[in-house]
Amino acid sequence: MDRFLINIVFAFVWMLLQGDLHFYKFMEGFVVAYIFLWITRKSAVTTHYFPKIFQVIGFVLYFIKELIVSNLIVAYDIITPGFYMKPAILAIPLDCKTDLEITLFANLITLTPGTWSIDVSTDKSTLYIHAMYVDDIEKFKLDLKNGLERKLLKVMR
Amino acid sequence: MSIYIEILSGILIILGSIFVLISASGLLKMPDLYMRTSVTTKASTIGVGMVLLGTAVYFEDLGIYARAILIIIFIFMTAPIGSHLIGRAGFLDKVELWKGTIVNELEDKYSEDKKTLK
Repeated sequence: MDRFLINIVFAFVWMLLQGDLHFYKFMEGFVVAYIFLWITRKSAVTTHYFPKIFQVIGFVLYFIKELIVSNLIVAYDIITPGFYMKPAILAIPLDCKTDLEITLFANLITLTPGTWSIDVSTDKSTLYIHAMYVDDIEKFKLDLKNGLERKLLKVMR
Repeated sequence: MSIYIEILSGILIILGSIFVLISASGLLKMPDLYMRTSVTTKASTIGVGMVLLGTAVYFEDLGIYARAILIIIFIFMTAPIGSHLIGRAGFLDKVELWKGTIVNELEDKYSEDKKTLK
């Protein structure tokens, strides 16, 4: 996390030195500072920062893809006559342990169209979600756990 | 250069408006509270996000970019919490599920005083 802050400060300094307050100058400085930090890293100190930033970018791209695909499915159901949905309220056992992980997971589920989280059990072991397109209950739960939750935990830990 | 930026921002704004329109008609079409909440939070979130992004792309200004991205982050953070509270309140007040619902694993999981959940 320190390295991320240093990286942002360097990018900001880069932008000021160029005398050009544009967003792409900031991104340029971010890339340059990232390479600079990568070259000067101490091999003895283990840090997760360098591979982590690619994982975060990959996760964001994966999430945007999911968002668009499921939005199109819901939109198709709304504009065509008749109902195709099979709604269900499901209990998902959680691998997420801390409050931050559970909050992020629940929010990401809600942002994906067709599914949204209703409540978390008091002992934080189960998340109750409402899903609109459930063909096979067990397969749906496995997909959610192996897809979104595993990817989220990989980024968080 | 600028003609492409105008086309891009136009496409973003039109697509965003279409998403908001679809989610509004979903509010009329969906049969129960849970699916209505489901449809309106998502599609309108992405719709508003696209309209804001289109505006930021058009002006090409750091201040406007920063503000648009901040608004998008705040909407993405707060919209799920609103829908969670509406749905939970509806469930606790025993709003009926649509007849096509295949399974309800939350049935009888709340304690008598509605404070703890198994």
